[in-house]
Amino acid sequence: MALALTPRRAGSVPAPLRAKRRRDRLTVLAFLTPWLIGLSVFFIYPLISTIYYSFTRFDLVTAPHWIGLRNYEFFFTKDPKVWQAVRNTAWIVAVLVPARMIFGLGVSMVLTTLRRGGGLFRTLFYLPALAPPVAATLAFVFMFNPETGPVNVGLKSIGITGPLWFNDPAWAKPALVLLGLWGIGDLMIIFLAALLDVPKDQYEAASLDGVKSWQRFRYITFPNIRPVLTFGAVTGVIAALQYFTEASVAATVASGKANVGEGIGTTLGYPDGSTLTYPQWLFVKGFSDYALGYASALAVLLFAVSVIFTVILLRRAQAFTPTEESLR
Amino acid sequence: MSTAVQTMPVAEAAPSPSRKRAGSETLYGFVSRWCIVIALSIVFIAPVIFIALTALMSNDQALTSDLWPRTWHWDNFITVFQKAPLVRYFANTLLYATLSTALMLISSVPAAYAMARLRWRGRNLAFLAVLTMMMLPPQVTVVPVYVMWSRLGLTGSLWPLILPNLFGDAFSIFLLRQFLLTIPQDYADAARIDGCGEFAVMRRVILPMAKPGIAAVAMFSFFFAWNDYYGPLLYTSENPSQWTVSLGLANFRGLYQVQWNLTMAMTLLVMVPVVVVFFLAQKSFVEGVTLTGVKG
Repeated sequence: MALALTPRRAGSVPAPLRAKRRRDRLTVLAFLTPWLIGLSVFFIYPLISTIYYSFTRFDLVTAPHWIGLRNYEFFFTKDPKVWQAVRNTAWIVAVLVPARMIFGLGVSMVLTTLRRGGGLFRTLFYLPALAPPVAATLAFVFMFNPETGPVNVGLKSIGITGPLWFNDPAWAKPALVLLGLWGIGDLMIIFLAALLDVPKDQYEAASLDGVKSWQRFRYITFPNIRPVLTFGAVTGVIAALQYFTEASVAATVASGKANVGEGIGTTLGYPDGSTLTYPQWLFVKGFSDYALGYASALAVLLFAVSVIFTVILLRRAQAFTPTEESLR
Repeated sequence: MSTAVQTMPVAEAAPSPSRKRAGSETLYGFVSRWCIVIALSIVFIAPVIFIALTALMSNDQALTSDLWPRTWHWDNFITVFQKAPLVRYFANTLLYATLSTALMLISSVPAAYAMARLRWRGRNLAFLAVLTMMMLPPQVTVVPVYVMWSRLGLTGSLWPLILPNLFGDAFSIFLLRQFLLTIPQDYADAARIDGCGEFAVMRRVILPMAKPGIAAVAMFSFFFAWNDYYGPLLYTSENPSQWTVSLGLANFRGLYQVQWNLTMAMTLLVMVPVVVVFFLAQKSFVEGVTLTGVKG
């Protein structure tokens, strides 16, 4: 491996080796070219462009018109719905993410205790995660139908009057959380792998010392799986910031209104704005109202928030960099 | 300790921490554990059963609180094809998913290879860029990207969702890189000594060994496209001839108000291909999911 692209120290290197290095560098470039184009065209340029558009009024037809900070002023002082959208997205981050973490950890811990059938149940519990979000949401709106859905029918049979779920502003988001828990599969698999990776001898030593099960979790399991928990939490928050499909489909379907040809706007956030998330508002502003300048301002603010969480993950970036033995 | 790829988490292979001496297990522990497992199984399966049963009901019965079909309407699965251009939705979705996946592999495999197996300055920086692209919500860059496609006259089609795959997909590069790092370097070195060029080393030596990882990434990409709602909504909502199954499904109830039986039949039809693909390649898929959870 000494011949590969080691740090350049030209001058003292014999000519044939220098030629080889140049060839190696060209090879790397050839391997990377498509991605480098993608990086510039679909990431760096749009990122800069978004920031520029956010200072303009822009409707796609006429050229962007510079208006300074007016979009941001509108965001903070005049936009009638954006704070509701911010609150809803914050709610999703604060409730859905921890709920999924706890449920995912719980389910995977149950799976580790199975001596028999573990593979079968792992597959079974994983499958809902594959269901297309639109399909899963439709199924849940049907199941949680206040009058005829099996959930409320079941609750009634044990004497409980179920809530209106997707038709009640107070219960629409909790119903979406239940939908999120149903698709716990991917998180469960990641946690399960981490749990099975905890060194067995640590448990053995603990059991010799007569350690109780809570302490065993607190002092052995938890420290060992903490990196994976961080990873799950951060990626969960990032996904929650993008929460769009389930909320918008649930709102459309539960409202019972036809939405074809009327755009997404008519059933937005049903009931009563309770399912209006930030990305939905961005979508409506940008692609129903064609207020692309304002949508860009919304995007810049979303960028600022997600950067914080991305940095939390990237601070652990040494966890991603290859070790010496993997590359020699 | 970094980027360790865990082997498949086969639960039965693991001696349970909470059950060290099998003989000492109490009946109470045994029963309570299986109660939890069975309850969880019901929770995870029940929605699919409700969908299936409703899909087989008559339209009138689907509006009641009945759980069991009085008469079995298998014809619902045919009716649904007549009520909506399902074949076109499936064709569009299949085109979107397969083309995206194929283009993604062509562009992302070499990039991941360079980041995992070659040594060059700026490699860590490039990987940081991949991670950042992977983490930032697509909504952040959506406006200029949309403007770009609209200038090219491609809005209203699925091409704005397919073509970017030609230029690498961050998540796929990330995952492929994690996988490639686990392949020992010796084989590649042997091939290099035999005079293989780097491209030949990748194609003949490394890629055959990376098949499970490539399969997993391909499936992720396929499923992402199949399940995608945001992308098709953004680019094709005003052109129903380009709709994917997700978009068609979301609008199906809008068009045919109260026909829950047909809606559920279509829901089931949309779920089936994903499940079939999953069972055909379960092993590499689970391996792939595991790989996403990087250890620190």
